[in-house]
Amino acid sequence: MAHVKLTSVRKSFGSVEIIMGVDIEIDSGEFVVFVGPSGCGKSTLLRMIAGLEDITSGTIEIGGRVVNDLPPKDRSIAMVFQSYAIFPHMSVRENVGFGLTIKGVDKAEKEKKVLEAARILQMENLLDRRPSQLSGGQRQRVAIGRAIVRDPSVFLFDEPLSNLDAALRLDMRMEIGKLHQSLGASMIYVTHDQIEAMTLADRIVVLKDGQVMQTGTPMELFHNPDNLFVAGFIGAPRMNFFEVDAAPVGNGAYRIGAPDVAETVVTAKKPLPEGERAILGIRPQHLSLIDDAGAASADQGVLTGKVALVERLGTETIVNLSLPSGAVLIAALDGDNPVAMGSAVTLAYARTDAHLFAKE
Amino acid sequence: MATKLTRSNGAGWAFALPGVFLIAMFIIVPFLFGFWFSLTNQRLVSPNPTQFVGIENYQNLLGLAVITIEPERDDKGQVVRDDKGEIAYPRVRTITRSDAYPQYSGMREWFRWQWGDNANVVIASDVVFMKALANTFIFVLFIVPLQGGGALLLALLINQKLRGINAFRTIYFMPVVISIVVISLLWRFIYDGSDGLLNNILNVLSFGLFQPVDWLGRTDTALGAIIVMSAWQAVGFHMVIWLSGLQTIPPTLYEVAAIEGASGWQTFRYVTWPGLRNTAILVLIVITMQAFALFSQIDVMTKGGPLDATQTLVFQAVERGYGKQDISGGSAISVILFFMVLAISLTQRFLTRERKYG
Repeated sequence: MAHVKLTSVRKSFGSVEIIMGVDIEIDSGEFVVFVGPSGCGKSTLLRMIAGLEDITSGTIEIGGRVVNDLPPKDRSIAMVFQSYAIFPHMSVRENVGFGLTIKGVDKAEKEKKVLEAARILQMENLLDRRPSQLSGGQRQRVAIGRAIVRDPSVFLFDEPLSNLDAALRLDMRMEIGKLHQSLGASMIYVTHDQIEAMTLADRIVVLKDGQVMQTGTPMELFHNPDNLFVAGFIGAPRMNFFEVDAAPVGNGAYRIGAPDVAETVVTAKKPLPEGERAILGIRPQHLSLIDDAGAASADQGVLTGKVALVERLGTETIVNLSLPSGAVLIAALDGDNPVAMGSAVTLAYARTDAHLFAKE
Repeated sequence: MATKLTRSNGAGWAFALPGVFLIAMFIIVPFLFGFWFSLTNQRLVSPNPTQFVGIENYQNLLGLAVITIEPERDDKGQVVRDDKGEIAYPRVRTITRSDAYPQYSGMREWFRWQWGDNANVVIASDVVFMKALANTFIFVLFIVPLQGGGALLLALLINQKLRGINAFRTIYFMPVVISIVVISLLWRFIYDGSDGLLNNILNVLSFGLFQPVDWLGRTDTALGAIIVMSAWQAVGFHMVIWLSGLQTIPPTLYEVAAIEGASGWQTFRYVTWPGLRNTAILVLIVITMQAFALFSQIDVMTKGGPLDATQTLVFQAVERGYGKQDISGGSAISVILFFMVLAISLTQRFLTRERKYG
């Protein structure tokens, strides 16, 4: 268990800056997920913490010690890779005990630790197999076993589930979550999948173009995104955005209006730059069907449109609405909603659930 | 019986015909002819009709025996010694030409060793062939580790991200694209006994202490010189094969090794070498086969000399078939070589087969 602290960390390859000054603090035992689209630098950042990439400037501390110039083996970290990175010519037992073999730990001690890791991961029966005889999930389990045996202060996961099929991903996700609870070690987990981020993280760091867009608990990010990017990235289906005119009415509130959105007053989290157009964001889950615009209460805003597509998932019904201007709106309604394709509907949202962002 | 091969694909066969014809003419037919000739007394040009002689050619090549000869003794039963105190033995030909030993008739001494007062003499029907056989094996035995290991070493050095590394790749690969005949000619100058580059360099490095050696003119250095030169020539080729093998090893495996704190040697042992298993098999087989076919270097540099110190099987096959017009003898050598290489390849395939893990 250790505290990890990144202070204005930068990385450039030649003249291209990949990481542009990142500050992150991770508490002991915390599970932090770096999430962002591909190319945002999240894997590079993780590899810098691991010591597999050097850093151009800034400092990385693990357990109160600056590790900028320490080789990976001295950083008290263990890493799990997307490609599993287990040795095809070794049995599971040898793979899990690889680090101990390297250190020259004696046989009995090694066997004990390997068995302990195998027990934690419930793979005692696999120890004598070769990687070629294992499924993807089992291989990743072996890689995690190897990490456990290292007994690190910080576990680093680099998209560990991306090579697995959907069902297995769900299982392994839960297992990693349980593992974190039972080991209590700090974990840093990189993924591009916001669902993994939401489900696993104590705290999520959203990255874009080598910069931290927002840091917070999953629900903080969901309910109070700092900016358009985070709002669009977190949550599925994606948040609906409309470009609107916004006139300040005091106390951070603005009167908004647009072709598709009925006029109403919404509070912005941050003051908007004056005179510019703003972006209104409404999550699909925050929309509900009402009979007509007149039925909306005072603290609701309304939209009307024509149902273009209905996807019934059982738990919810995803409705694609085409709005008067031709824009598309997505609403997540309850599972048994009888809404029919082609019908004109009116949707309402609580004004407090609406987000107002500066146009970027 | 219409199989997929013969049924209604006349166009396919038409396309294949020129290739099949050429392969048949220049590989399959000569191959079969070789087997046939080795069982006859066929000569390159001869007025006499060809006769079937069975395995006589093979007997003439492979005949081998060990005879023990006792020292000459004087009237008192004392061992006779010459001026230098060496034991005097009766000449081998008193046995090989004696009517009492028809089985040794025509055989000559290959080498001998002393056992007590007696001498054990290995006699062979064809001493030159035996020397060629032994030299070929020695060549293979040295060239495989030298060339394979050297190439691996170069590949490991080349497989780094350094500025200008491509220049090194090019340099190491250059000998491969130059004809072996040209290289052999150049190395003849390098090995030259009086004013060769090698002698000059050694002379300078030892501050004039080194006495020039006629590398290709001495029985104890000639084969070694050819081994070194041959290893140098093809090392670049195998380096490229190793290199392609190295690049198939996932970089994350090296990162795992780095995280676990593996030393350079441990990384090689646990990551690199196991990852090169299939490449190693390929390199091993290719070098072995090429080594058994050693010919050009010998032909250009030593012609099998001095004193048959660099005779090889292929050189002998050519020498006999065309030099001495003894096509049947040359064919027999080729057939023997074929079975040797076949046996070695099969053994290698067996030893390196994919094992099933339970």
